[in-house]
Amino acid sequence: MNGLRNINVSLYRKRRIVNFLILTCSILTTLFGLFWLVWLLATLFFHGFKYLDLSVFTQPTPPPGESGGLANAIAGSVLITLMGVLLGAPVGVLAGTFLSEYAIRSRIAPVIRFVNDVLLSAPSIILGVFVYEIVVVPTGHFSGWAGSLALALIALPIIVRTTEDMLKLVPNTVREAACALGAPRWKVTVSIVYRAARAGILTGVLLAIARISGETAPLLFTALNNQFWSSSLNEPVANLPVVIFQFAMSPYEDWQNLAWAGALLITISVLMLNIIVRTFLRTGK
Amino acid sequence: MIRSGTKGRILDIIFANGTRICALLVFLIIVAIMVSLLAGAWPALKKFGPSFIISSQWNPVTEQFGALVAIYGTVVTSIIAMLIGVPVSFGIAIFITELCPVWLKQPIATAIELLAAIPSIIYGMWGLFVFAPFFGDHIEPWISDTLGRLPVIGPLFSGPPLGIGVLTAGIILGIMVIPFMASVFRDLFEVVPSVLKESAYGIGATTWEVIKKIVLPYTKVGVVGAIMLGLGRALGETMAVTFVIGNADRLETSLLMPGNTISSSLANQFTEAVGEIYTSSLIALGLILFLLTFMVLALAKYLLIRLTLKEGVRT
Repeated sequence: MNGLRNINVSLYRKRRIVNFLILTCSILTTLFGLFWLVWLLATLFFHGFKYLDLSVFTQPTPPPGESGGLANAIAGSVLITLMGVLLGAPVGVLAGTFLSEYAIRSRIAPVIRFVNDVLLSAPSIILGVFVYEIVVVPTGHFSGWAGSLALALIALPIIVRTTEDMLKLVPNTVREAACALGAPRWKVTVSIVYRAARAGILTGVLLAIARISGETAPLLFTALNNQFWSSSLNEPVANLPVVIFQFAMSPYEDWQNLAWAGALLITISVLMLNIIVRTFLRTGK
Repeated sequence: MIRSGTKGRILDIIFANGTRICALLVFLIIVAIMVSLLAGAWPALKKFGPSFIISSQWNPVTEQFGALVAIYGTVVTSIIAMLIGVPVSFGIAIFITELCPVWLKQPIATAIELLAAIPSIIYGMWGLFVFAPFFGDHIEPWISDTLGRLPVIGPLFSGPPLGIGVLTAGIILGIMVIPFMASVFRDLFEVVPSVLKESAYGIGATTWEVIKKIVLPYTKVGVVGAIMLGLGRALGETMAVTFVIGNADRLETSLLMPGNTISSSLANQFTEAVGEIYTSSLIALGLILFLLTFMVLALAKYLLIRLTLKEGVRT
């Protein structure tokens, strides 16, 4: 009896010690992980705010050694991103609708879903190479449209996925009720199901915008860069991520400083978008 | 009445087929990507044959190209990133779901989700200006003095402390995937029904035992998927790596030396490449990367299907 009790006590102690060690590790890893991220954000805000002033928003990118801003890059980025979403969102929402509403017993739906996952996980630089092959090579020059198309390809699978998920959350009874009133299928989808899932679909689109507004790799071979204001999307367009990349890699200090300011701008806008999505989801429900 | 009925039916057909076409478009895009990569890579693949994959030569002047250096860099940086990212994000998820006081739970979870949204170019820039100099000045001399002296693994950690290199790139990648994987892990751990956990606590299980015997078995499908997703991201990541890997096309044993990954080779050389064979070799690298991430995804899906089948019905 005594022996059994001793074994149990030692076993109990061992379990407690293992538990203690693992939980300590968990706290330490949390601190470890947060340490890097805090360090990153701290330096970003420190350097970024130091070089962020009004001229960043009003003047175009300078040649080395002169003063200037990022105005043309900011405008170009906004334009390319908007065009990318305008190209990607309608296709994405409709494809998501097909998967959720029309493909219940269809055999191609699992294939589309898998392919969409492949597109979602495809490295963004590959999409850049693809758009280079099909747009830049035939037209013979880099262009803002090519950049928008590359970004649309990144936004597309995100929007397909969220649209399908959000439409599936709409209870079937709602659809049945509308059908019972004699509404045709398209009307049920457009004016009942879409309306019910509006907040969710918009969330997907906003998340896609947040994702593509910081994408750099696919723009390197498509929109390229432009030191001046671009008059149309048919020519290379200045955009923040590529400007940051070029300026940060350059040996000139004032270019590097502008890169910090640009990096801060991108981070703030991406974080703002995410916060808007969050509050939007909360009030939308 | 009849008229509006036929009109409705026509619109129905248009709408249904419109959505179908958009869905098929997704499929066509993937096919087009495959075809255009294959077509672009064909001249290089024809010239070098299968030895393209195992040759470590990358010489634009003599037009001799091989993918080994870039493949090695891609795989090694991803492995380093996973070695750092998986345990740390796992620890963070455990901390948030099981240990953290309630008032701190939401702020930390939100902060981590927001950090996951920061574009990778920011991580790369920080790596170049802040982390690499620090790492080269303070950590790398220590690494080559201690780990570099060990037998067997010594050569991996010896060499001059440059700051930039394969190891630095792997670490930056690891830091980058932490918020992403931690927030996925947390989402997974949150869905474990409290009844299950409480029953285990009720019969005297410690927190670790609850995690090992209840939370992990319940969420293993998702955990495998999340790790694979993180791996896919690390393999294909461009900007975080390009800044700090050093862009050298030589095969080095030491992790402290500069190297190259597939994506950083593309980012650095694609627009400058002259000549058909050079461009084509770069596209062939892209094709290899695409196949690599595709295989990781397919493997993840396969594992998930196997695990869900074995599991039986969940109530």
